[in-house]
Amino acid sequence: MTAVNLTSPHTTGRTSVSWVMGWVLLALIPGWLVLIVSFSIGYAINMVLAMGTALAAEALLLKLRGRPVVFFLKDLSALVTAALLALALPPLGPWWLTILGTLFAIIFAKHLFGGLGNNPFNPAMVAYALLLVSLPLYMTTRWASPDFSLPVMDTLSVIFAGQIPIDGSTGATPLDVYKLDISRFTSAEVLQAPIFGNWIASGWDTASLAFLAGGALLLWKRIITWHIPVSFLGGLGIMAVLFSWDADIRVPLDLHLFAGATMLGAFFIATDPVSAATSNRGKLVYGAGIGVLIYLIRTWGNYPDAVAFAVLLMNFAAPLIDHYTRPRVYGHNKAVKGFKND
Amino acid sequence: MTAQPLIITDKVFRLKGGIHPDERKTLSNSTPIIAVPMPPLLILPMAMHMGAPADPVVSVGATVCKGDVLAIAVGGISATIHAPTSGRVCAIEDRIIAHESGLSSPCILIEADGEDHWRERHGLADWRSHPTDDLIQRLHDCGVVGQGGAGFPTDVKYRNRHRPITTLLINAAECEPYITADDRLMRERSDEILAGAIIAKHILGANTLRLGIEDNKPQALAEMRAAAERLSVDMRISVVASRYPSGGERQLIQMTTGQEVPQGGLPTDLGIVCQNVGTLASIYRAIVLDEPVISRITTVTGEAVDAPGNYEVPIGTPMETLLNQAGVHLKKADRVIMGGPMMGFAVPDITSPVVKTTNCLLVPTRKELPRPMPDNPCIRCGLCEQACPVDLLPQQLFWAAKHRNLEAAELHSINDCIECGACAYVCPSRIPLVQYYRYAKGELRNEKEETIKAERARTRFEARQARLEKEQLEKEVRRKARTKAAAEARAQKAANGGSQPDQQDDAIRAAMARAQAKKADKAKSAIELSIDDLEKALELAATKVKKANERLVIAQQESPDMVPALSKAVTKLEEKHQQARITRDEATRATTETRPDRGTDA
Repeated sequence: MTAVNLTSPHTTGRTSVSWVMGWVLLALIPGWLVLIVSFSIGYAINMVLAMGTALAAEALLLKLRGRPVVFFLKDLSALVTAALLALALPPLGPWWLTILGTLFAIIFAKHLFGGLGNNPFNPAMVAYALLLVSLPLYMTTRWASPDFSLPVMDTLSVIFAGQIPIDGSTGATPLDVYKLDISRFTSAEVLQAPIFGNWIASGWDTASLAFLAGGALLLWKRIITWHIPVSFLGGLGIMAVLFSWDADIRVPLDLHLFAGATMLGAFFIATDPVSAATSNRGKLVYGAGIGVLIYLIRTWGNYPDAVAFAVLLMNFAAPLIDHYTRPRVYGHNKAVKGFKND
Repeated sequence: MTAQPLIITDKVFRLKGGIHPDERKTLSNSTPIIAVPMPPLLILPMAMHMGAPADPVVSVGATVCKGDVLAIAVGGISATIHAPTSGRVCAIEDRIIAHESGLSSPCILIEADGEDHWRERHGLADWRSHPTDDLIQRLHDCGVVGQGGAGFPTDVKYRNRHRPITTLLINAAECEPYITADDRLMRERSDEILAGAIIAKHILGANTLRLGIEDNKPQALAEMRAAAERLSVDMRISVVASRYPSGGERQLIQMTTGQEVPQGGLPTDLGIVCQNVGTLASIYRAIVLDEPVISRITTVTGEAVDAPGNYEVPIGTPMETLLNQAGVHLKKADRVIMGGPMMGFAVPDITSPVVKTTNCLLVPTRKELPRPMPDNPCIRCGLCEQACPVDLLPQQLFWAAKHRNLEAAELHSINDCIECGACAYVCPSRIPLVQYYRYAKGELRNEKEETIKAERARTRFEARQARLEKEQLEKEVRRKARTKAAAEARAQKAANGGSQPDQQDDAIRAAMARAQAKKADKAKSAIELSIDDLEKALELAATKVKKANERLVIAQQESPDMVPALSKAVTKLEEKHQQARITRDEATRATTETRPDRGTDA
């Protein structure tokens, strides 16, 4: 035995960053599978492309920054960013769309800010926003139609050979369709469209439930706390109840919750700890803010699915929220608020 | 006290945060306490409690009986130290003690004579008839300190109560993994503990006795309950969930009473005194049997130990002896930890002695408690925040400490951190968070001290400035008075008509003569002064200049308003220094000229 100078604590739990990231990846799998089955094999291709690109970009950037490459690759954080982006992108977009987005996420949104733990914005959402603003055509028209299954070979040629998808195989998302059509038709008429299927929105509803299940898994493993998802869904829900009570005028609550990226956003994107608020009360404010912003942007903004912009806007606000939502410390009469200790 | 004592199990309150590490208590809690044979040499550190080190009152070579005082408490917070056995004081020297620093500190070494005979003891079986002050004094004389880990002198705790005490809370939580010393003590000596608790309650004038115990010690709880029935003492029991750090004084108070000790306050602010079970047993022994604290129960455990268990070991026994007794495989062991895995520290040298606060020696294998891994960056996951028992934001503290942003650390109440290590335990990035907090706390302490020093210097400077101004003013007043008097005198003379120039000339001449004489005198004394004296004066002047310069440098950084005055002072001191050098040189020259043989003589 040699005397070593170690200080307490001498024991630690079994969690690690790769454990956290690994569980997030696992929890994404059900939703991902549903998307592949309901819509297109394109989701699988996107995933492979994004993950490959992310690992390569991460390795290159780590090398350039003089950081240990293998040590940081093993934390799996690049894969989580890639997975979130791949799930958010339209499945029938061209291959370079995915690669461009992933490169931007890893290089600009992550490493230029200092790498893991130092990025103020969610990298996947930064990339998504960039693509949506710069390449709106690809980002809004290349969604696979749930009732028109494009054969694998055709899918490959759409993604890699630049072939224009066959009519009817692609289109907009249900939220987009509803928002556009409700000005001309009644709710019942709009919902006749095949894209809405039997329940809420064909394919999207099952995928949402699968993401919800994945989120429950993360809650159960205590990787995320309930605060952000609950306040996120609560914020969006309250806004929808207040302003969308008439389904003939605006997109109703069930579509808001189950016809888009809401569940993915609530459990996987908004809960990205690096760019979120930190205290429990802060998380409540942060999540509610995202929920409210999503409704505002979806209803009165230009973008039918507003998760990315809402998350990025609240990323801006997170440090400020942190300053005003500190918990009351044991033995203190009140919580310390703001920037100065008095 | 009624014949049928009232034993009530109360509802408990929730501890915010906390963790549940592997308990590993079954390793050591199934065997009875074993007495360790008296080692031939005992090492008693003078600093084994919180507060000032004790002051030795024996000299080398003295013979002592078991229980004799070796060193007495000095100052407000300190504890007396006694001989654990009879023998001879063979040395008083610096030895490495059980401290993270690995530094040596003064110790008294006792060579045991093997007879182990006691000094005369005067137990107070009828302690109720003695004034409480006498009982507290007895605790002081017997060197009773808190045995939970901090080693705070118990008598000081009992004297410093500024509020009436209502509750004596027995801390039997023992929340650290591995440690079972309190558990075994309760199972085997519950009567002693409760007898001590009754005495403590009497001294404090408390009306409630409360036992706070974790639910993982059912046998100990049963023993304590049985003892309460035997001794017919009313007791309220709070069985708290096993959740580290429930045994922290403030956490246990929160869990048993639902109250929080106010910021910067003490449990006494709530009318509560919290006492570890081991301490209570010591109180009983001190008061009733007049036995000072000369032994304690220490858990020796870990996978590198053959016979993990609890040992009653004389204070001052080298850890090595105790480890050998328990069959430790030092080759398998990775380190020896004093205390538990959450808050203990790695002992730098196992020849250091067991002290009054050594509740556990944990000897893990490397596999059991692995060395720290390289840490990942913080991903702000917030697991630390969920684990913090005092509701801090550990990751914000981490960022503040990492960037030495002390203001931000204070803003996030770093001084309320109890260093329990729950945050570091749950951190997926394996960041040694507690070390960051210790660093920031240390820096804050230093900064505060610096501020106090600077403040003192400023007050001193201002006082001096005021004094000088006052003197100047007085001088001015005197001068004016003199001028006025002279003018009046002149006017008088003019009024008298005739002038007396002779008299005035005389006065001037006399003054000149006086000045001449003074000058001659001074020159003479300079020569008469020995060269050694002048040398010393020169040296003194040089140090003064140096010190003044240092102060000037500090002032330039910290208080620019003092700079002009200090630089003036420096110039003056430099002049004086120059003067001293000239005087010295002159004197040296004079000596060598008058006595040229002096150099050859020397």
